[in-house]
Amino acid sequence: MSEMYQKPVLTNEVIDDYSADDFVFVQRDEKLIDKTYQATSYLKDVWSHFKKNKGALIGLVIIVLIIFLAIIGPMISGYASEAIDQTHQSMAPRMPGLENFGIFNGVERGKNVYAERGFLDVYHWFGTDTQGRDLFTRVWEGTRVSLIIAVSAAAIDIVVGMSYGLISGFFGGKIDMVMQRFAEILNGIPTLVTVTLLGLVLPGGIITIIFALMITGWIGMSRIARAEMLKLKESEYVLASKTLGAKSFSIIFKDIMPNIFGQLIIMSMFSIPNAIFTEAFLSFVGLGIPAPKASLGSLISDGYKSMTIHPYIMIAPIVVLALLMLSFNLFADGIRDAFDPNQKHS
Amino acid sequence: MSKYITKRVLISIMTMLVILFVLFLMLSLMPGSPFNDEKLTEAQKLALYAKYGLDQPFFIRFFKYVGNMFKGDLGVSYVLNKNRAVADMLVGPLGISIRIGAQGFLLGSVIGLLLGIAAALNHNSWIDSLCSAIAIIGVSVPSYVFALLLAYFIGFKLNWCPILYNTNNPVYSSILPSIALAMFPIANVSRFTRSEMIDVLNSDYIALVQAKGVREKDLIFHHALRNTLIPIVTVMGPMLVNLLTGSMVVEKVFAIPGIGMLMVQAITGNDYNVVIACAFVYSALYIIMMLIVDILYGVIDPRIRVAKEGS
Repeated sequence: MSEMYQKPVLTNEVIDDYSADDFVFVQRDEKLIDKTYQATSYLKDVWSHFKKNKGALIGLVIIVLIIFLAIIGPMISGYASEAIDQTHQSMAPRMPGLENFGIFNGVERGKNVYAERGFLDVYHWFGTDTQGRDLFTRVWEGTRVSLIIAVSAAAIDIVVGMSYGLISGFFGGKIDMVMQRFAEILNGIPTLVTVTLLGLVLPGGIITIIFALMITGWIGMSRIARAEMLKLKESEYVLASKTLGAKSFSIIFKDIMPNIFGQLIIMSMFSIPNAIFTEAFLSFVGLGIPAPKASLGSLISDGYKSMTIHPYIMIAPIVVLALLMLSFNLFADGIRDAFDPNQKHS
Repeated sequence: MSKYITKRVLISIMTMLVILFVLFLMLSLMPGSPFNDEKLTEAQKLALYAKYGLDQPFFIRFFKYVGNMFKGDLGVSYVLNKNRAVADMLVGPLGISIRIGAQGFLLGSVIGLLLGIAAALNHNSWIDSLCSAIAIIGVSVPSYVFALLLAYFIGFKLNWCPILYNTNNPVYSSILPSIALAMFPIANVSRFTRSEMIDVLNSDYIALVQAKGVREKDLIFHHALRNTLIPIVTVMGPMLVNLLTGSMVVEKVFAIPGIGMLMVQAITGNDYNVVIACAFVYSALYIIMMLIVDILYGVIDPRIRVAKEGS
């Protein structure tokens, strides 16, 4: 270093040799801005982590696709989901185009029901059930119902669980004790029991299922919210807020809540497949969405009754359910890792 | 430790009482009565209500029920098996349900453990990918879907195992239900074993064991596996819950005369006492299992015991 750097001797003579044009602002050079590790916004950072996870990306694409089909599927099929047509009953899947390749050609056990009944230009993409209802329409309507239940259950879980956990954690002491014992006792009741009994007592339907899911669903969420609150309430910005005379309510919901919201969203991503699963379970046991409305669970349950004669009735809802659960799980895993890349998850 | 256990036991008992109360409350709100026979006149119905004590106020019935319960009397069935004691009706189905549940759980845990170890030892190989795939599928696909697929392909198409449960041949006909129930434990246990095992194998004490020249087999099963097992206890809770829910639907698929079947029949038949008893058995099983898991966890890992006692 010492040889390369020579201390300038500032005499008048030297200074006269330079003009203002000889100087440039060193720090303003483009090259000096660190492009490789440049600062990114939080969400951009999350996205860059997320898109490295191939499974999660595939999950996201499948979810979007399924939601899209759940919205437009019943519209494009050309059949009403509850229209019973005895002449169309139990027809195997048949799709235009694919039928030429030996699949989805309406043939079941060597017989083409479409040809036999003279419906040469009729296409039921997923086939029809034993009452002649178009399964393509019903599967997507059922998906819609399942998704509505899952998303609303998750949203309610967030609101209730978050408020409960935040309040319990913030006030501490006796309030916390009572609230925690209450949650603990409620948590001791298996979801199976609450959900089945509520399904019995209340009239079957979407609202009942959402309500049943809500009763115990929020507890996990409230635990996380409480734990975060215990961590954050000692922090400086809360102290500052308190010093400025902020009310408890505004500290809880304005100062602390935004900081834990991301985590709760991640948690809710895991509760969505759970809700879908519970709904399917309820419908399968016979306590879910009442006929003639469809949900994925009730469609599987219907298909199961004629499983040995017409297995295809069961296949489409099972495939959609499995794909939906799988992609939500993959997506939730990916989004958790993206939000919190350092934490070890197994 | 004893303080922690006492606290947990007390909470469990409280929970059971609350559950009983809620069950009672819900059933008294339920539409339909146990005597839905159209031939019955109003007077006959009232006589039946009086006979079974259903005309008394809610709280008196509740306390009577709890009192009788301590004597092992769960009341009599009104509909399914007229006048038969519910406690008698529960014994057979409970045995079948517990046996199939335990089979599924054991099968799942053993296979999951072996898969997890295999995946960890062959980190980033095809076995590892297979293990991850099984894990994610096992968590994503409900057990009754597995049950349906097994029943269709292995039971119906290949005709290897019976589709319907046969009480005369309990071992053979419980193969498929056990496999269906085992899927979730396989997925969960293998996932956890894999990640824990990888961590343990990279630790310093394993390097020391290796340096001492311990055989590979001993290293894995004696030294590494022990520390791997601790965190797996944590996933046992959710696994058991899933087993309970799973058993109810799997019982329906294979027509197994277990508790789940009985409960569904009682629900559709408005048989109050049977519904309460089944729901209570489910809750009790769940609470006892959770209690065991919690205590076990405290026993295995001293850090948790201390932390929980402190709070």
